[in-house]
Amino acid sequence: MTMAAEEAAVSSRVIEANGLDLTFETGDGPVQALRDVSLNIDKGEFVSFIGPSGCGKTTFLRVIAGLEQPTGGAITVNGMTPDEARQHRAYGYVFQAAGLYPWRTIAGNIKLPLEIMGFSKAEQASRVARVLELVDLAGFGKKFPWQLSGGMQQRASIARALAFDADILLMDEPFGALDEIVRDHLNEQLLKLWARTEKTIAFVTHSIPEAVYLSTKIVVMSPRPGRITDVIDSPLPRERPLDIRDTPAFLEVAHRVREGLRAGHAYDV
Amino acid sequence: MRRVLPVLAVVAAILTLWYVAAVPMNIHGVLDQAERDGVAVRPEGGAVRRDLGNWRLVFTNVAQAPKGWSMERPRLPAPHQVLAELYDTVIDKPVTSKRSLVFHAWITLSATLLGFAIGTGLGVLLAVGIVHNRAMDMSVMPWAIASQTIPILAIAPMVIVVLNSVGIQGLVPKAIISAYLSFFPVVVGMVAGLRSPDAMQMDLLKTYSASKAATFWKLRLPASMPYLFTSLKVGIAASLVGAIVGELPTGAVRGLGARLLTGSYYGQTVQIWAALVMAAICAAGLVGIIGILQRVTLSRMGMDR
Repeated sequence: MTMAAEEAAVSSRVIEANGLDLTFETGDGPVQALRDVSLNIDKGEFVSFIGPSGCGKTTFLRVIAGLEQPTGGAITVNGMTPDEARQHRAYGYVFQAAGLYPWRTIAGNIKLPLEIMGFSKAEQASRVARVLELVDLAGFGKKFPWQLSGGMQQRASIARALAFDADILLMDEPFGALDEIVRDHLNEQLLKLWARTEKTIAFVTHSIPEAVYLSTKIVVMSPRPGRITDVIDSPLPRERPLDIRDTPAFLEVAHRVREGLRAGHAYDV
Repeated sequence: MRRVLPVLAVVAAILTLWYVAAVPMNIHGVLDQAERDGVAVRPEGGAVRRDLGNWRLVFTNVAQAPKGWSMERPRLPAPHQVLAELYDTVIDKPVTSKRSLVFHAWITLSATLLGFAIGTGLGVLLAVGIVHNRAMDMSVMPWAIASQTIPILAIAPMVIVVLNSVGIQGLVPKAIISAYLSFFPVVVGMVAGLRSPDAMQMDLLKTYSASKAATFWKLRLPASMPYLFTSLKVGIAASLVGAIVGELPTGAVRGLGARLLTGSYYGQTVQIWAALVMAAICAAGLVGIIGILQRVTLSRMGMDR
């Protein structure tokens, strides 16, 4: 690689984790949630983290967000520490539950981060309109959360994470609580959103088809201690209709994910 | 109708029980009076009857028993006597008269409302402190609980005497006693309410690098509203009790507490009961008003499902 090419690769690097360790002190003694986790995520990638409960995938996402402090190793987000990156609004975080405020309308919920970050009223209104349209919820701004279905609520929470133009979207099992039909639909929409916005997305899931369908890179993790057992660069094209899931290429990636899980003894529970 | 019927049934049951209870409770007085009026009663002589059971006297003097519902100074007045007294002192007397129950109720209500305002303000401030400051979290709550274990009857005279010695009297001492009772449910409710947002909600605000102030105004405070109103309902009833108790040790001449006091001095049970019913009506009204505020506020916030 030439110097220039190497520099270009580094500048497009969004997340860089090196030998991350994280040990929680619990009543039953220390629990190693992450051990020697090293991973690079480049701009515009869609990276899925898959593994059984306790493999540290959510913990890793929380470390990226600065919600947990690693006990060892180094991590940078946009070349900064996670805390600094957060101050610079580097990422939007989508939780497993939509977590919309019941006392705010959908538009009011999306305004929440904008109010906290001090955007002007006019700017807030135009951004709300834009992201509502992005997640296909235009016209629902005045509704209260309870008037929307679970899938729509989760889309609203994605809109909330998109509202302040962070380059990175961190998603922690955002569709885990939804039924499969809704989940298929949201997966398709999420890919379209990703194509339109060119965000870098880190996505935690424990569904193999979801991980393979969405990702350009699949990170397979194993528990006790939480670690990475395989990183798979997906050969699938960026343009992915739902029926790509029946193609041999798709099934092959899914097979490799399953192998990775097995190698990490993920099935020994 | 479906909602009124159960209420009416309970009221009817209470009234029936009340009328039934009035007969044996007043039978001694009824027979003493009848004997003085020259009516034959069995057995004769108040001293003899004193040792006999109430029901037994009722059954041996069935003809006299109903007079227990219309005595001048009954031990237990019948409901219609209390209603008549209420009508007399609420409707017939001008509200400026010292014999008007409306006048006395207003005296007590003004102390109640002032005390409730002080208590609620204090309660909310303490709760905010407890939630945001670890030292307050550890230290304030035990004191707040201890404060409620001391009988208010023991505190009230001291508050009034101490404040009187520095020249404060009238409304304020009563309001302070009332606040003493009402701050507690507000503290407890608001601490729970301000802490009700779950870890995910707090994490979400952390991802926005939200300040403590923003977290308070945008998340903690709105999330605490249902808790606040529940506490306010308990608090306002406690306020009324506090205001009435505050009137007792001063020998006050105005207020519902004063009516209870003079009623018991002069054996005016009807007056006591009328004041009690008035207090109950006030309490129900106050709790009702809070309930309406609760419904309006929560429905505006979209939280009234």
